[in-house]
Amino acid sequence: MDKQLELVDLRKAYTPQIIPVKDVSLTVKQGEFLTLLGPSGCGKSTILRMIAGLEQPTSGKILIDGRDVSRLSPGDRNIAMVFQSYALYPHMTVRENIASGLKLRKTPPGEIQQRIHEVADFLGLHELMNRKPGQLSGGQRQRVAVARTLVRRPDVFLLDEPLSNLDALLREHVRAELKQLFQSQNAPVVYVTHDQTEAMTLSTKVALLNNGFLQQLDTPEGIYGNPANQFVAGFIGSPQMNFLRVLCDGKSAIVGNSLIPLPHGVTAPTEVVLGIRPEHVHLANSENEPTIHGQVFLVENLGMHNLVSVQVDSVHEPMKLRALMGMGERVSSGSSVKLAFAIESIHWFDATTGDRLSGAPAKAGVAKARYELSDSPSP
Amino acid sequence: MEDVIRQRERRTGWALTIPALLMLALVFVYPIVRAFWQSFFTQNLGTQLQSEFSGFANLARMAQDGRFWQSLGNSAVFTVFSVLLEFILGLGIALVLNQTFKGRGIVRTIAILPWALPTALIALAWTWIFNDQYGVVNDILLRLGIIQTGINWLGNPTLAMVSVIVADVWKTTPFISILLLAGLQSIPSDLYEAQAIDGATPWQSFQQITLPLLLPQIVIALLFRFAQAFGIFDLIAVMTGGGPGGATETVSLYIYATIMRYLDFGYGAALVTVTFLLLVLIVAIASYFLNRSRATSGGV
Amino acid sequence: MTTVSPEDIDRDALKRSGDSIVKRLILPISAALTVIFCLAPILWQLLTSFKVDADIAAIPNVYIPSRYTLDHYRALFERRPFFNYILNSAIVSIASTILALGLGAPAAYALARLKLQGERILLATILLVTLFPPILLFLGLLEVIRYLQLGNNYLALIIPYTAINLPLTILVMRSFFQQLPKDLEDAARVDGYNTGRMLLEIVLPITIPALVTTGILTFISAWNEFIFALTFITREDMKTVPVAGAQLGGASPFEVPYGPIAAATVLGTIPLVLLVLFFQRRIVQGLTAGAVKG
Repeated sequence: MDKQLELVDLRKAYTPQIIPVKDVSLTVKQGEFLTLLGPSGCGKSTILRMIAGLEQPTSGKILIDGRDVSRLSPGDRNIAMVFQSYALYPHMTVRENIASGLKLRKTPPGEIQQRIHEVADFLGLHELMNRKPGQLSGGQRQRVAVARTLVRRPDVFLLDEPLSNLDALLREHVRAELKQLFQSQNAPVVYVTHDQTEAMTLSTKVALLNNGFLQQLDTPEGIYGNPANQFVAGFIGSPQMNFLRVLCDGKSAIVGNSLIPLPHGVTAPTEVVLGIRPEHVHLANSENEPTIHGQVFLVENLGMHNLVSVQVDSVHEPMKLRALMGMGERVSSGSSVKLAFAIESIHWFDATTGDRLSGAPAKAGVAKARYELSDSPSP
Repeated sequence: MEDVIRQRERRTGWALTIPALLMLALVFVYPIVRAFWQSFFTQNLGTQLQSEFSGFANLARMAQDGRFWQSLGNSAVFTVFSVLLEFILGLGIALVLNQTFKGRGIVRTIAILPWALPTALIALAWTWIFNDQYGVVNDILLRLGIIQTGINWLGNPTLAMVSVIVADVWKTTPFISILLLAGLQSIPSDLYEAQAIDGATPWQSFQQITLPLLLPQIVIALLFRFAQAFGIFDLIAVMTGGGPGGATETVSLYIYATIMRYLDFGYGAALVTVTFLLLVLIVAIASYFLNRSRATSGGV
Repeated sequence: MTTVSPEDIDRDALKRSGDSIVKRLILPISAALTVIFCLAPILWQLLTSFKVDADIAAIPNVYIPSRYTLDHYRALFERRPFFNYILNSAIVSIASTILALGLGAPAAYALARLKLQGERILLATILLVTLFPPILLFLGLLEVIRYLQLGNNYLALIIPYTAINLPLTILVMRSFFQQLPKDLEDAARVDGYNTGRMLLEIVLPITIPALVTTGILTFISAWNEFIFALTFITREDMKTVPVAGAQLGGASPFEVPYGPIAAATVLGTIPLVLLVLFFQRRIVQGLTAGAVKG
């Protein structure tokens, strides 16, 4: 039977005021790698702990391979988890750490040995087997923690920010290793992180959460290219997307001294939020694209690119636009520039709700945005 | 939906805690409650075997009891002087130990010894030291020519109190210094560095950083030490037995004599109750001031 | 860029204020004074215990005796069952320590990890109870012991000592448990441990250092206790060391055996001195953990 994890209307309330998870439903299938992404306090860790059975949902269900496990203890769910601090038993050797879960399930000793051997091969742990966690480096401990999950052959893999305790260089390296490792595994993987780079590079699907609500569930490309609301657009992508709040007249938005037509199917609003990523903003070189005039006030050197901040000429409130320019395009602080961007690269957002404005119907799996702090049930 | 995990936790929690709580109740709560009840009865096993209800008779007797008031005074004198000296000396030693120097570990080890040794046996040692004929104190004073004949330390009312206080200070100061040392070490060193860069003298640093941050711990330690000193028994019982002439008889000794020597259980219970209430009162007042100072100083 | 360490800054600042010489003088002198202060009475008793009677009663005092004797120590064992005293103290101290740990550690775990209702009140009560001086408790307990006919029974001491040590045990162990990473227990649950096995196989082994530390503190406290030992145990061969030592009398009411008393002091304190020497670091850890609870 196909392995699958399903969350149905999951909700967690500690008190009537503290509700970390408000209303989350999603499915993770065999072979999928889902990342729960979001700022601190968005509820991603709580969701992971509920899947693990370390917390109980206030309402809603968790289904693993079709079984309702919502009330089962963690040991009965056949899940395995890598903790942020690795949580290796300090008084046991590496071998005993890896074997502990299997021993508790009364796996025959012969099979335990075989599985441990396989995993040690896989992760290169043979010399470390008889050491205690205190004698291992951070990276080694992390591998042991992963080994401990692999050896269990669980129905679902859970990982709670496993890279955040590694230093930056090691993190990149291990990230790549993890991706390859879990690609070869069968069971669905749920990964929690606040780092969008990890989310984008590792996952097949990303669930972006904010304040307990699911903002968007989509592939990494989808979340980057078609953000469902202003929060998603602003969270994904570095440097952050530019948001320009502009007035409209009927079918066009007034941006600086240009008129930019709104997409089809959008009813005439008075105000709209125009979103454009810095990497899509360049020096104007043709008449086909809308242009914006402005003055450069800051140039930040990012190595391969320059992040140029421009004060836009505007009769209304002052606006800032940031452009990511290659080293070829040289601009200096204080100079006047003409910036341009393709109309197709623009993301339009409703000025009040922050929802994406588009003529096309909402994509399947895209949730409604929630900005209010009050807990209103989904309509 | 009921949180099964939380429920299970709660049940386990109580199961784990209750045995300890029961034992505490038996040894700490029951005797106090019983003493409270008993103080309303006259029960002197020396004069009559049956106890009879006598209301506040014991209390009335206490008000007239000169020996009780004297013992209260002695307790007060002993407690105040001991605790004061211990803290001042203790703070000094703590400041010394707070510096890094060779042999610091040894000094710290030695500093623990007075606290770790049995008070009764230490009292014996101090009795010998203060002995009027053969004691070391007299010997040193004589050699230095400060006195001409040996002082009868334990036979003189005032000096006996001095001797007992000295012994208690010796026993407890190191312990206090270790507590204060822990407090000192918990103050982040960057605060001192910032002060040093600003050009503050060590004394100024002490006033502005050390004292305020240490204050909560000092007060708490003071409270506990106060209660301990108030109830002190072993040291005085062994060194002076309460003499001479009741000059060092503290409330605790009086209670013990009343009960064990005079077998006056009813009156003894009354003494216990009143002492207890007095202690609670003082601690309550002190805690009140502690909370107020916390609120105004605003912890770091 | 060179990094400046705190010690450098301190020394620089001190040099600026011209205090370094004073500091260099005050510090060693204070340290020396502290050491002398702490050791003097103990060393004096040690010396006395080996002096012959004539030297003990010599005026002026003999600081460096020319002759030594072991008579006083022999007297302790011949005239009194001193060995029994030591055994009694050991039995009572060890038993109450084990009991205090056995009751206190689980309670501390519950208070650290499991959110109980009224936890604050419980902790405050436990703290409060440490303020009660034993002198106020012995009457009630005396009656209980008489009633249960536990006079001259080890239990008469073991149970009160356990109770006296419970607050410290609970507080110290609780602060220890609070520092244990919660992840470990979560990982154990995910592995499949139930609460009982988890506590025994995962939490307990990690807790052992803290248990040792706390055990040392409770042992010291039990060994040194006086009031209960004096009141509840009257049979000579069941007395504990502090009581027996304090009651050492000579052949006649006028003869105070200073020599044997000194010897008793030395013997009665040796176990503790050894403990302190070996476990000094742990003791300080435990004391400060219990004290810095605020």
